[in-house]
Amino acid sequence: MPIVLPPTVLGFYLLILLGPGGTVGGWWLQLTGDTLTFSFAGLVIASCVYSLPFAIQPMQNAFESLPAKNLEAAWTLGATKLDAFFSVAVPLSVRGFLGAAVLSFAHTLGEFGVVLMVGGNIPGETRVISIAIYDHVETLNYAAAHQLSLVLIAFAFIVLFSMFVVNRRWQSR
Amino acid sequence: MSQLQLRHTLQQDSFSLSVDVSIPATGVTGVFGESGSGKTTLLRCVAGLESSESPDDRAIHERRIGYVFQEPQLFEHLTVRKNIEYGLKRCAAATSAPDEIIQLLDIEALMHRMPASLSGGEAQRVSIARVLCQSPQLILMDEPLSALDQRRKDDVLPYLDRLRAELSIPMLYVSHSIDEICRLCDHLLILQAGRIVAEGELHTVLGRLDLPQLGGANSGVALDAKRVRYDAEFDLSTVAISGGELFLPGDVGRDTIRLRIRASDVSLTRELPSASSILNILPAKIVEIVPESVATALVKVSVRQDSLISRVTNRSVRQLNLAVGDELFAQVKSVTVRY
Repeated sequence: MPIVLPPTVLGFYLLILLGPGGTVGGWWLQLTGDTLTFSFAGLVIASCVYSLPFAIQPMQNAFESLPAKNLEAAWTLGATKLDAFFSVAVPLSVRGFLGAAVLSFAHTLGEFGVVLMVGGNIPGETRVISIAIYDHVETLNYAAAHQLSLVLIAFAFIVLFSMFVVNRRWQSR
Repeated sequence: MSQLQLRHTLQQDSFSLSVDVSIPATGVTGVFGESGSGKTTLLRCVAGLESSESPDDRAIHERRIGYVFQEPQLFEHLTVRKNIEYGLKRCAAATSAPDEIIQLLDIEALMHRMPASLSGGEAQRVSIARVLCQSPQLILMDEPLSALDQRRKDDVLPYLDRLRAELSIPMLYVSHSIDEICRLCDHLLILQAGRIVAEGELHTVLGRLDLPQLGGANSGVALDAKRVRYDAEFDLSTVAISGGELFLPGDVGRDTIRLRIRASDVSLTRELPSASSILNILPAKIVEIVPESVATALVKVSVRQDSLISRVTNRSVRQLNLAVGDELFAQVKSVTVRY
């Protein structure tokens, strides 16, 4: 669902849910005496919700491509279902976990709509790179926008490259 | 001889299995039948992988049953050694001498390798060793050779022969290849649509003419023979069965061998031919004649304690006036497979 939902819509309802009047926000307020919205903690929670599908998909693919008979072999060799899950399914799905982590991290890094809605744009607190770029463009400070964009581009490249390298090494093993 | 009881009922959407049979607690029991007859399902029930109705309600990991799958099912993230240790660690009754099993299957040199680097035959040998190391009370083999090409099959078959000869663990061996069954099994179950239609000692079951599973190219017998001598001049071995001696090309090498003689390789004659290129001619007595098609019939003859099956044309049955009880000669054109 969050994959097809426009980020601003998702952000809007997360804002209500996490706000002091919302269920989660109110409970958080009671617990910590702090509001969730416009704070880094709130930003983390909102990003988790938003990026979860991007983590689930590679993991689902990994588990689905696992040969079912492999687990059955583990059971007949004396492994309980839980034991077989951790000793066979998880290690064989490591690539899926890795892909999930990288993809959702990269995705979160570039998020704009949800972050702006829930976190606002507080310098030093909830201002993320993508929002900072937007600010620089708004104030026609293109040089600064270029610099920050370059950081994100470099980061995206590094992520893709390292995933490629890891995949290659895995296959040749 | 003690027996193992297999009692399983399973109801699936379009298939039901109902089996209640006892098999010998030693030796290899073949499970034969067309695809879809429930061979694999039976093994899965015995292993606990299908939740069948059965007196055996232990969890899968508590049954001391070794399962060798069609594909080796090695764990790709572990070395061969770690794969074998995986089973050793999880079984209290595991063997104290895994090295002997590793030697038996000739995989010492592979121990540090990753499964992905093994050939199909090597991988299957590792998976068999992994199972054997747990000293299971019963081994289930589900067409362990069917995923291999002929050359790879020959990488594994001699090791299965060894297991049969050297270990006393009972084995259920599923195969759709009658040649494999003849080579490895002592006992045979024939499945059809989830029911056992024939069951018994290998030679007895193979000698039956009423089973469609054993018709066509599958009809024929298996015989246990003893090596008598080898004649180097003609590269010919002489082996003895109860009803006489047979000549086989090459040196059979072993003292006892199992022969497979197909129905299409046996012909019948009233008179002893005075000059023939066929070496193997045995006095025989007709015990059964069963029409097979419009053109042919299967004739079972006894050669002392052993039996042969011959495929003859119905025209010959009439011309030679063949009838049960007749004494004549069986000519064996060739012993097609010999082990």
